[in-house]
This record gives sequence, structure tokens and C-alpha cells, in this order.
Amino acid sequence: MRAVTKRRTWLYFIPYGLWLALFVIAPVALIIYQSFFDLGHHFTLGNYSTYFQSATYLKMTLNSVWYAFLITLFTGLISYPTAYFLHQLKHRQFWLLLVILPTWINILLKAYAFIGIFSQAGLANQFLTFIGIGPQQILFTNASFIFVATYIQIPFMILPIYNSIDDLNPAFVNASRDLGASNWQTFRRVIFPLTLPGVKAGVQAVFIPSLSLFMLTRLIGGNKVITLGTAIEEHFLTTMNWGMGSTIGVILIVAMIIVMTLTGDKKPKGGAPR
Amino acid sequence: MTQPIIALHHVTKRYGDATILKNIDLTLESGKFYTLLGPSGCGKTTILRTIAGFTDATTGDVLFAGKRINDVPANKRNVNTVFQDYALFPHLTVAENVAFGLTLKKTPKKEIATRVANALKLVQLADYGDREISALSGGQQQRIAIARAIVMQPKVLLLDEPLSALDAKLRREMQYELRDLQQRLGITFLFVTHDQEEALAMSDEIFVMNQGEVLQSGTPVDIYDEPINHFVADFIGESNILPGKMLDDFQVAFGGLRFECADAGIPANEAVEIVIRPEDLTLTEPANAKLIVTIDTQLFRGDYYEIAATDDLGNDWLIHSVNPAEDGQSVGITFRPQDLHVMRFGEKEAEFDARLETYEGEEDESSDET
Repeated sequence: MRAVTKRRTWLYFIPYGLWLALFVIAPVALIIYQSFFDLGHHFTLGNYSTYFQSATYLKMTLNSVWYAFLITLFTGLISYPTAYFLHQLKHRQFWLLLVILPTWINILLKAYAFIGIFSQAGLANQFLTFIGIGPQQILFTNASFIFVATYIQIPFMILPIYNSIDDLNPAFVNASRDLGASNWQTFRRVIFPLTLPGVKAGVQAVFIPSLSLFMLTRLIGGNKVITLGTAIEEHFLTTMNWGMGSTIGVILIVAMIIVMTLTGDKKPKGGAPR
Repeated sequence: MTQPIIALHHVTKRYGDATILKNIDLTLESGKFYTLLGPSGCGKTTILRTIAGFTDATTGDVLFAGKRINDVPANKRNVNTVFQDYALFPHLTVAENVAFGLTLKKTPKKEIATRVANALKLVQLADYGDREISALSGGQQQRIAIARAIVMQPKVLLLDEPLSALDAKLRREMQYELRDLQQRLGITFLFVTHDQEEALAMSDEIFVMNQGEVLQSGTPVDIYDEPINHFVADFIGESNILPGKMLDDFQVAFGGLRFECADAGIPANEAVEIVIRPEDLTLTEPANAKLIVTIDTQLFRGDYYEIAATDDLGNDWLIHSVNPAEDGQSVGITFRPQDLHVMRFGEKEAEFDARLETYEGEEDESSDET
């Protein structure tokens, strides 16, 4: 009887196991393997030493992290109040749907739409001319890159935060008020710490993809910001240095692991504000 | 009489078309243990929330020590609540939970430490300060919730069915502890429950509620012995309720027989209901009996037998007896005049009290015996 159940469980595991092997373990193994080969297909540690000794690569990594940080920060600053506000509304499911809607549209389409809006004769500049400021260079600036990236990431931050606010037992809020806390104190000491898991999930969902954004950097940012994602693309498709590209890929994977650990759901260690 | 600590005057609460509270008037004196008792959905928790400040009265006044507090927000009221599901903050330790209210008030750290320690000692969990909330059992969480509220030294403590999640044994223990705590602290407790046994055991005064109205208030003994109507009699304790007719003062008829009773002030020939508690019925020889019944079935309840019987007219009787009976046996039952309680249809509490006033003075000796 037990043996049968065990075999059944294994059967159920097959689709997931295959998926894991083909699309997670194999690619990661391949990337790590490739990262130890130079252009001439010789085994080498050179890619890593180049990476760590090159000011360009380190600066680029720092840049990526910095911009991903900024994007995550702005996304968070907009998403938390939005999620909080949405949750108070009467037809919240409907409003939430409106927030999710843009995620169904391809990111490239959205990027091209913004090219139109931000271009010299675009809507944004028409408005600036109308109010007397005159046309400005909007497209291909760092600000426009951050703006569009934030716009694209917002739904992915709002959803987990909204869910965590939804899960919050209203009795906690009442208890806090009962013990003499003002609205702000209740928010700071009860609501925010208890919805922090949602914020963390949102950071994971935004920060890591932001590290490797590459189409936006070109289409909107005008390649002024070179992120790790752009570098990988260049190495694989332009310079054909697969070894170096894989090395940066490994760096990206390590960065993901670091972010996951920092925002992990274990015991909060001083991360929660007191 | 001293100034009441809490008073509700004509408080009504409506949600859309539904009226949750209908013209509630109640007064709580300082230092007593009060209970709001009623079935779920009767509005008892709404009263609590109105006093705590989580919900507004649609009309009427809520007074705290004589001052109207309708517009005072919850965090500025000198009352604290023990919530039904405790609502302990899961991201804080036990001590941080208890200290929560004090830290908001910017109380000096040293004072917080001593007051938290004292509160934890009071609920007999002195060593639990560093624990996580998730590491506590239901009973312990319940005590921490009480500690978190009483550390604020409120004038009134509101308890919203705090024992409903506990098992029977722990519940009984906590009943003793709560009663003891209330007497030691001298704080007014307003306790909400749907458990009549709990209400009878702990309270100085009970408010029996149904469908948004307070039907009767009084000491547990008063309410048990002299329920105002069918609902109260049925809700509190077990009872035999029979239709009858008032013949004269202290004379009532049911089942075609005339009985002596302890009630007066009701017009002759008025249709009434008669309550007799099962424990007031005594099994006896048919010769000495006031009524003859046939035993249907009986259950052994440990300290007594619960006997179901039927009389010749088909009325069902519930009898608590120390001695067993035999199924199908024909036995006599007897009761004392003061065990018969007469209830008028639609009589309000004020009218009921006024009527009792008219004859209770002279009858005091007999009714006190019960």
C-alpha cells in the first residue's frame, strides 16, 4: 500500500521534475560551464579575473544595482500607498484589475508607445510647449528610463502588497487603536511591519528583473545606462564572447541569490522597523 | 449612588435597513462585573464596539464618567478591550505586546519594565516575556491579551467572548481567574458572552439581550429565578414553560388545576406563562403529588439524572433528580409555590420591576428562601 502511494507521488513529480531539469538546472549548469571558457574554447578562469579587475565591468555592475535600486524604490513608494488606497475602495477587485491590465500587454509594445509619447514631437513635449516650457529632450535620458521601468514594474509590486494588506486581520488595527495608537502609529508599528512580507515579495519581483532589463535601456534610455542585461546581450549576440557573457550571467545569478536571502521570509533580523 | 462609569442613553445603531441596536439604555457602575448575554447576532458585541469606539451609535449618547464620548476616537478613550481572537501582534514578543500601549505614551523605560512584569505576574505568566506569540497556547494567549489591556490601567475593561476559543476545563479555570482578577483590580468589567453558565457564574449583573434589545437586567439570581419572558427563561438555564391563566393574586391555573404561586399584581383571567426550573421539581409518591407524569426517558448527567416525562395533558416536563426513575413509570411530582414563576406576555422590564415592587416587600421572607 505504502509502496503504491510512493510510486504515485513520483508520477506526479515527473512534469515538475522535467521542467526543473530542462529549464532550470540545465541552463544554469550550462552558463556556469560556459563561463570557464575563453573565446578559443580553452578552459580558463580568465573571464572571472577580467570581470573583477575591469573597472568598466565593476562600474557597470554597480550601475545596474543602483538603477535597479532606484526603480525598486520608486516602484515601492508608489505601490504601497496605491495598494493601501485600493484596499479601502468599494469595488476594489475592479480597480485592481485595472492595475493588472497593462501587464497583459507586451513590454516592447509599451516601450514603443513611450517612444512616441516622449519623442521630440510627442505628447509630453506638446504639453510642455503648451504650458510654455518648450520641447525638452525626454527620450534617451536616465530619468525617462527610470520612469518607464517604474511604470512597467508597478503592477508586480502592487499585487503582493495588496494581498498582504488584504490578509491583515482588522482586529490588529482595532487592538492598536484600543491601546492608544494614533492612525500613524498604528500604521508604523502594526500595519507596515505585518505587511512587510508583501513588500519583500514585491522587491523580489521588481529588483531582480530590473537588474537585467536590457531592451528598455536601449529603446528608452538610449544605451546611456548599460546594465548587466545589456552586457550579456552584447556578449552573446554582438561580440560572440559567450564565456564572458556567461560569467556576467553567473554574477547575475549570484546577485539574485543575495537579494533572495536578504528579503527572505525567515525571522526578521532588525529589518522590521521598531 | 455613585456616578456611573459608563452609561448608554437611547443608543440606536443601524446599518442600512437593519437595526442592530434598538434604543439601548444601560448603566455601569464602577468596580463591578457586568455581562452582556445573548445569542449571536443580538447586538452585544456592537454595544462593546460602541463603548470602545470602533463603531458609532447612529443616535443616542455614550457617556464615560458623565461625559459624552461619542466623538472621542478609540485611542483617546480610557477603556481597553480583550478581543475575541486576542489580536496579539505576531511580530512582537509577549513583553513587547504587553508594553505596546505604554511605549506609545512615552512612558519611561524603567516604568514600562516594572509594569509589564507586574501585569505578566498578575496573569501568572511572569517568565514568558521573551516568547513569541506563536509559541503560546490558546489559554496563554488569552492571558497575555488580558495583561496587555490591564497594564494600561483602564477604568473599564471590555471583554469580547474571550473564553469562547478555550476548551471546557480551561474555560472554567479562566472563569475563576477572571472573576478573581476583577475583584483584585477593582476595574469595571464588561464581559460579552453567549454562554449563560459563564454569565451566571461570573457576573454581578447580567444584561440579557435579544435582537438588539436589552430584555432584562439584574443579578444572576434574579434573572434565573424571575425571568421576564419566555426568551429569557428559555435562554438562561433549562426550564419547563407552560401556558396558564392567572386566577387571582398568588393563584394561577394550568392544566385545569389551581396552584399557589408567588406572583401578584396581574389582572385575573389573564393568559400567562408559567416557568418551573427542572431542579425545583421533586419526584414523589402519587398520593402526595401535585401532578402525575409518565417517565419517557432519562439521561445520567453525573451529578443528577435528567428525566424527560409527559403529563396526562401531553405537556413535556424536564426534571432534574438525584435519584433515578424507571422508563414508563407513572410518578408524582411536586414543587413549592415559590418555585412557580409567572410571566406575562409582552411585559417590559420597567413594568415588571414596578409590579414586583408592589408586593415583594410583604412577601420578602418567602421569596428569599429560594
